[in-house]
Amino acid sequence: MKIMIDSDPFDPWQVLSDYQKENTNLEGQYGATAVFVGTMRDFNEGDNVAEMFLEHYPGMTDRHLENICLQATGEHQLLESLVVHRVGTIRPNDPIVLVAVWTAHRKQAFEACREIMEDLKSKAPFWKKEQLNDGQDRWVEKNTRGY
Amino acid sequence: MGIEVKFFASMRDIIGEDREIDSEILNEKSIKNVDDIWNYCAEGKERPANVLIAVNMDYVDAQTLVKEGDEVAFFPPVTGG
Repeated sequence: MKIMIDSDPFDPWQVLSDYQKENTNLEGQYGATAVFVGTMRDFNEGDNVAEMFLEHYPGMTDRHLENICLQATGEHQLLESLVVHRVGTIRPNDPIVLVAVWTAHRKQAFEACREIMEDLKSKAPFWKKEQLNDGQDRWVEKNTRGY
Repeated sequence: MGIEVKFFASMRDIIGEDREIDSEILNEKSIKNVDDIWNYCAEGKERPANVLIAVNMDYVDAQTLVKEGDEVAFFPPVTGG
């Protein structure tokens, strides 16, 4: 299990490939990998968005993400899990979040990836502040429903 | 030791920067729970119905008791991912 919260941009596909290669315990064991990548749009609520600032609660955010993954590991027999989340200034097309899980079978992989992502969206302490093209800024007040 | 109080995102815009409430004030103002902390810091501003609260980085409700050494945080609904 690995949790990364970073202000530097990241390439989710490179991170995913590197992590899978590093974890030699997966070799021959996993039959399914489910991946979710969230990316910044250049529009929201009918407005054009120039960039975004992502704030988090250092300590609590990390701990919450670890707890989500530990719970999913127990419930879905995860072999490995990886969560990467950007903070700081983010621009359109930048990846924001990566969730990946490795399991023996697809059912656990699909369900666990979804559960981790939905829990992250509703409980992990991150907050987005958008800067609009017209120079105004605003806090995003709620996430869209995932189910 | 006191109690450290943190405000994140729009809560910081409403209430202001993080602060520490020292032992003397905790006693003087009879601060016992999270609601008392809000009332002391907010100076009359009503607590938004959707505010989330954490004590020592665990989600709690406003009636949760607090003690010296605790870290109390107030923040709006989360919007990560």
